[in-house]
Amino acid sequence: MSTATASTDRNVNIERVDNITVRFAGDSGDGMQLAGTQLTNTSAIFGNDISTLPDFPAEIRAPAGSLAGVSGYQIHFSKERIHTPGDVCDALVAMNPAALKTNLADLRKDGVLLINIDAFTKGNLAKAGYETSPLEDDSLQSYRVFEVAIDKLTSEAAKDTGLANKALLRTKNFFALGLIYWLYGRPMDASLEWIDKKFGKSPDVASANSKALKAGFYYGETTEAFTVRYEVDRAAIKPGRYRKVTGNEAVALGLIAAANLADKTLFYGSYPITPASDILHDLSRYTHYNVKTFQAEDEIAAIASVVGAAYTGACAATGTSGPGLALKAEAIGLGVMTELPMVIVNVQRGGPSTGLPTKTEQADLLQALYGRNGECPLPVLAPRSPSDCFAMSIEAFRIAIKYMTPVILLTDGYLANGAEPWLLPDVASLPDLHVEHPKANGEAFLPYSHDERLSRPWAIPGTPGLEHRIGGIEKEDGTGNVCYDPDNHEHMINLRERKVQGIADDIPLQEVEGAEDADLLVVGWGSTYGAIISAVERANAKGQKVACAQIRYLSPFPRNLGDVLKKYKKVLVPEMNLGQLLMKLRSEYLVDAVGFNKVQGKPFQINELSDKIDEMVKG
Amino acid sequence: MPVDVELKELTAKDFASDQDVRWCPGCGDYSILAQMKKILPKLNLPKENVLFVSGIGCSSRFPYYMDTYGIHSIHGRAPAVATGVKAARPDLHVWVVTGDGDGLSIGGNHLIHAIRRNVDLTILLFNNRIYGLTKGQYSPTSERGKRTKSSPAGSIDYPLQPLCLAIGAEATFVARTHDVNVKHLASTLERAARHKGTSFVEIYQNCNIFNNHAFEYATGKDTRSDSTIVLEHGRPLIFGKEGNKGIRLNGINPEIVELGNGVKEDDLLFHDEKTPEPTLAYMLSRMYHPEFPEPIGVYRSIERPTYEGMLEDMVQNSIEQKGRGKLEDLLNSGDTWTVK
Repeated sequence: MSTATASTDRNVNIERVDNITVRFAGDSGDGMQLAGTQLTNTSAIFGNDISTLPDFPAEIRAPAGSLAGVSGYQIHFSKERIHTPGDVCDALVAMNPAALKTNLADLRKDGVLLINIDAFTKGNLAKAGYETSPLEDDSLQSYRVFEVAIDKLTSEAAKDTGLANKALLRTKNFFALGLIYWLYGRPMDASLEWIDKKFGKSPDVASANSKALKAGFYYGETTEAFTVRYEVDRAAIKPGRYRKVTGNEAVALGLIAAANLADKTLFYGSYPITPASDILHDLSRYTHYNVKTFQAEDEIAAIASVVGAAYTGACAATGTSGPGLALKAEAIGLGVMTELPMVIVNVQRGGPSTGLPTKTEQADLLQALYGRNGECPLPVLAPRSPSDCFAMSIEAFRIAIKYMTPVILLTDGYLANGAEPWLLPDVASLPDLHVEHPKANGEAFLPYSHDERLSRPWAIPGTPGLEHRIGGIEKEDGTGNVCYDPDNHEHMINLRERKVQGIADDIPLQEVEGAEDADLLVVGWGSTYGAIISAVERANAKGQKVACAQIRYLSPFPRNLGDVLKKYKKVLVPEMNLGQLLMKLRSEYLVDAVGFNKVQGKPFQINELSDKIDEMVKG
Repeated sequence: MPVDVELKELTAKDFASDQDVRWCPGCGDYSILAQMKKILPKLNLPKENVLFVSGIGCSSRFPYYMDTYGIHSIHGRAPAVATGVKAARPDLHVWVVTGDGDGLSIGGNHLIHAIRRNVDLTILLFNNRIYGLTKGQYSPTSERGKRTKSSPAGSIDYPLQPLCLAIGAEATFVARTHDVNVKHLASTLERAARHKGTSFVEIYQNCNIFNNHAFEYATGKDTRSDSTIVLEHGRPLIFGKEGNKGIRLNGINPEIVELGNGVKEDDLLFHDEKTPEPTLAYMLSRMYHPEFPEPIGVYRSIERPTYEGMLEDMVQNSIEQKGRGKLEDLLNSGDTWTVK
């Protein structure tokens, strides 16, 4: 541990705990996301397992002090393997009354409540809807409240940098961070280094931030108010090289990796939409990996450009969220009809319509599977954690190229913005996606001839002798000529369906985790994995027998899924929708599965699932 | 992709596909198809590098009749599909074939944005002022008061002028031609194809089934000299059967004058397709029949870097500066730490 955490003269008890969940909450301009990421990085480097979730408002700059403008960042760090950002918080940093009001419900009783009293002015209290100050009544008595004059202490700490007070106050997030570092025995080194690197060009700003961080830390150390500090030991983590990764970052890296593995240009055509835009931002920085990004004029142009780029032989992808997927439906159908490889990333958010743009949901499953005109099958994949987004993005391209089909990758806001440590894969272990494009061989070229996989040749413009036309009108099998013949149409409908179903032979069987002889199977998909596996581990730890299966391949399903489901007396399907996977499972396998649904724009808590599991086990 | 094989000399026949052409007999599209096959060999391009992209509508069947690469896409989206093609493969020679419904109504947005980006596409807008494939509804270019199946009492829509739109979107090459004067059609197509950047060509095209004779004034032997004016760079705007009428500026407005009686050629407006300001081209695009003769020919032809060229430069420059990225470095970018 760094010298910064040297023991003090003061008598402070050190309590060792297994894990801690901290939430920073403040105005969207208060730098809460930054404080959260700093605590995350420090904890990861320290050796804890981590899981995080930012929670930002849909408004970029809602009026200061308003409830709509509260921005939060939650981090869970642990000495054990963890899979979620934590159900309830052990500590809440509330930078103003609005932050207190909107976040207090998630703080556990007896939790640490760090309040910036300087922001508890009459005006701010009114904006948050407090008639009387919660600091002056007994509404906070079940928490361990620490009232700190963060504004004043921050200004004081860094006033000799010569910065104006307004600029000084911008560093108050670092003061709060410093105090949290002290409270949880975190070293300051990584953040101090980060500050130097980030603000190196403005030494006074760098200095102000460093001073604020240290002031917060030493405030904890010297103030009598704090009598306990907590320590969370390093976790037993698999050795190797790690980085922290969000789902959106992992998708971007996965798409680039796939194109590089195919030795192709990555073309990413996309229209800005929350919460998918970060993929576009990330890819735009990676042009030297032969990445071309195209910010299209609208969602339809984005997918249309992808169809064009795919025809010419690029690894073409687009990213969007629910409303954008709806707009893209017709052109995805063109992708299916023209049998071209492309990846469509749908970062799901609360719907319908504009819905809850910054919140998470899983309600686009049926849209992904069926939301196009006509019989329009395509593979749908769903990563189960932020780092899994990397592997599944590569997998999406592998399937797209091998089977000449659009593939939808379903992530969600929770995966997209949540972060976890990622054990970097060995590049040599990644699949070879190299493609042999056909060349003229003297015989008549049949652009719609289908091989044993029912995949057609990917002949690309610039190849002499293979000139051919594709399009959205029904094609004759083989020649690809426009064809209105009824039998050919039915044949092609079946062919496209069988092609997608056949991919089941080329994907892993469904894995099951948890108790071997369980009576209850919990089946989920996508981002619910963390909460489900945690709840199932808890259930088994207390003697219940529960297993779980997280489905990563939603179309086609793994070959053994039906057998897996039928092995259990009871099947529980938790989803952040009204039961879309449940409907698929019940109709496809005739199992009497039970749904457990939460559609609040928030992920499942482990406790909620544990309660439901208890009920199912008993019932 | 450099092509260093010796180019075989191609003829119009080489560009004909084996598909039966299914336009109605007498359709103006036949004439455009014939001229396209004639001018393509002149461009000295490898056939395999030519690609036609279209949307939906009668004109959009065009790619099926060309023995080149082609995408018959979905309604209105051809410019966006073509932008993806060009962005990924700047080496391809890309044509977009669209119509007044496809390009100006359902696909208006894509048309504007392809043009403003100056993607190196040659966009041909077959304007027949009617929806043909859906059997005769008024289109965005139909004149007000037009009686069609969907406007039995006469259309109450004000029409859109394709060239005004293209010039407003800063097109670097803008021209108008028609399906009857095949020589003019061929030379306009060829010039448009040779232009680097977005070329926008409005082609007056007769739909003899649903809107026959819509452009009779501009194409008919007896009327065309008085109702059109052929633009020539650096030349005064003169028209009329006798070649005795001209366009002169009166303040900022064009007016028709007769030559003679003190009006000399030098008093007339001189065409300048190279002027960077689009004002002249825009003014010409606002001259409508019957008040004015409608200009035929190249309105504007200026140089500006292309979208796909700048995109390619961006990639190549970043590779030069940072080195071609390797997967190992990609994974290790960002903050990493080692657990022992």
